[in-house]
Amino acid sequence: MRFIFKTSYDQDIRLARHSGYVFWYGLLLAALSVAPFVLPVYWSSLITMTMIYGIVGLGLMLLSGFTGLFSIGHAAFMGVGAYMQGVLTAQGWPFPFALAASMVSSAAVGAVVGLPALRVRGLYLAIATLAFAFIVQEVIVRWESVTGGNRGMAVGMINLFGWKTGSPIVFYYICFALTVLTTLGVLNLLRSPTGRAFVAIRDSEVSAQSMGVTLAYYKTLSFAVSASLAGLGGALSAHMLRFITPDQFGIVQSIDLLLIVMIGGLGSIHGAFFGALFLILTPQVIALSKDYLPPAIGQTVGLQSVLYGLVLIAFVLFEPTGIYGRWVKIRTWFELAPLYRKNLLKRQRRFQKTERLT
Amino acid sequence: MSTPPLLSVENLSVRFGGITAVSNISFDVRRREVFTLIGPNGAGKTTVLNIISRIYQQTAGNINFDGYCITGMKPDAVAGLGIARTFQNIELFEHATVLQNLLIGRHTRRQGNFWQHLFFTPSVREAERAAREKVEEVIEFLDLQHYRDLVIAGLPYGIRKVVELARALCIEPRLLLLDEPSSGLNPEETNDLAFWIDDIREELGIAILMVEHDMSLVSRVSDRVLAMNYGEFVALGSPDDVKVHPGVIEAYLGKGNDISLLRRHLP
Ligand SMILES: Nc1ncnc2c1ncn2[C@@H]1O[C@H](COP(=O)(O)OP(=O)(O)OP(=O)(O)O)[C@@H](O)[C@H]1O
Ligand SMILES: [Mg+2]
Repeated sequence: MRFIFKTSYDQDIRLARHSGYVFWYGLLLAALSVAPFVLPVYWSSLITMTMIYGIVGLGLMLLSGFTGLFSIGHAAFMGVGAYMQGVLTAQGWPFPFALAASMVSSAAVGAVVGLPALRVRGLYLAIATLAFAFIVQEVIVRWESVTGGNRGMAVGMINLFGWKTGSPIVFYYICFALTVLTTLGVLNLLRSPTGRAFVAIRDSEVSAQSMGVTLAYYKTLSFAVSASLAGLGGALSAHMLRFITPDQFGIVQSIDLLLIVMIGGLGSIHGAFFGALFLILTPQVIALSKDYLPPAIGQTVGLQSVLYGLVLIAFVLFEPTGIYGRWVKIRTWFELAPLYRKNLLKRQRRFQKTERLT
Repeated sequence: MSTPPLLSVENLSVRFGGITAVSNISFDVRRREVFTLIGPNGAGKTTVLNIISRIYQQTAGNINFDGYCITGMKPDAVAGLGIARTFQNIELFEHATVLQNLLIGRHTRRQGNFWQHLFFTPSVREAERAAREKVEEVIEFLDLQHYRDLVIAGLPYGIRKVVELARALCIEPRLLLLDEPSSGLNPEETNDLAFWIDDIREELGIAILMVEHDMSLVSRVSDRVLAMNYGEFVALGSPDDVKVHPGVIEAYLGKGNDISLLRRHLP
């Protein structure tokens, strides 16, 4: 284990707590910078997809993992962002402006969806978000003149002030840059009073209020920020997919998003990205392994969903702290090699706190 | 008295459905005073604190704090005015470290808006350093240095109580509401608590309104004591006077001298 001698308050404020951070994250960024030139196109497109879902996961992590508010309709915000991006791109808006507008409109919708959060919590809130997601989906389906309804809508190429590009490499770097920026933004929030207010609300609303945290403001803010990141991810995925339909942003997608944060590990930024990676890679791994299974099993219809479901159940049962929790254990094992004890990192499972007054 | 009291509670009543938890209670807390509420279980003491910190809504009555009528305010607004509190069943942020808990105590003194926090501007960084300095003062004051970076969920009960007190002090309040600060503490910890209460009043100039069952602690630190029973006023005065007040003895012992009611309050 690494012991860090603290000599100034800035050490607790800085993002990179020690030189190890700088080295490993530097290495990761360097690897991601060269990836599109080294990896086959298909693999770099998987990384792009992971980054997009990572951004959306980051948003949902802020809401559910750090503010303790659960949304099971989060795909609706992706939908708002994706359609906004599609429509504005068709009207010739430059990419950065369209992207900003998509984020702002998702944030606005998010703030509205957040209103029930001021009154209800837990399961009731989750159901309210689900209901709202249905409404958003219905609006997209019915508003045919703009969205093309169930027939879907083609999304134009990225327009960088007149220069139009459909290059996957350019798109990769755009997503890469946005992933880094949004992650830094969220990390900044979390080390400032705003982020601490979120965490306070998650852990105890009563005492958060008594510490001067205005619940209505911070819950709405968390919803808005979370929705704007989902909107950003939605807008990017619109360009990635090139063709969007309302059912891409339905309940199944919402549950996938929830899985990202649950499997990744609630309350951890790493978790959002581990979860996204898991979501993107698992179907690939299952598809690959099909060839090695006996045909009777490998060719069964629905194998993919069943295996996927089993992996999920296994996670929820055996690794409640998510991939991030497992990662911390592995890392600690390496650092402590001969001294590692089995229950070293054991801590209470995190259940959502029930309503309780003084 | 020439200077007006810091807090004045006038004719406060609270009903929950059919139960009258607090009935027509009035009292003042003066600046730099330690004022204690006593009474048997269910007397309505916690309810009084919950009304002052605006977690519950009163049925009738009025509360003024330093010239402001606070009866229409929200809990976060009264925290902003300088009323901090602790809870009978500790309400800390369990998954955060002691340091993070205390930093939340600086929330009312935060600087910068959402956008400045998002970009972590130099002024936000400066404010974070200042907040940390203040938190370190409180850590030093309450001897919490060893626990600074530990997560609450793993701390012993007595330490959690101190952390909660520390978090309330980080607000730099003018009035501190303490709900049974000594419950669950061993005699040594209770002794420390008595010294801290004196220091909070003397050095920091903070008035304290507390609910407490340990009569020796009450006598040691309080200036005045209000006794309640079934939500009603029983007696008000110096600790020594209230202790021997016939109404108080009856409230604790009951008319039939049922000693079992007293058990929890004996040292
Ligand atoms: N939220 C509530 N809903 C209904 N009744 C309540 C509520 N809070 C308190 N009461 C009732 O009000 C009365 C006073 O409760 P309170 O918690 O203020 O007592 P207390 O003096 O703090 O007692 P203790 O010494 O046990 O802490 C009790 O009868 C209690 O059951
Ligand atoms: Mg009580």
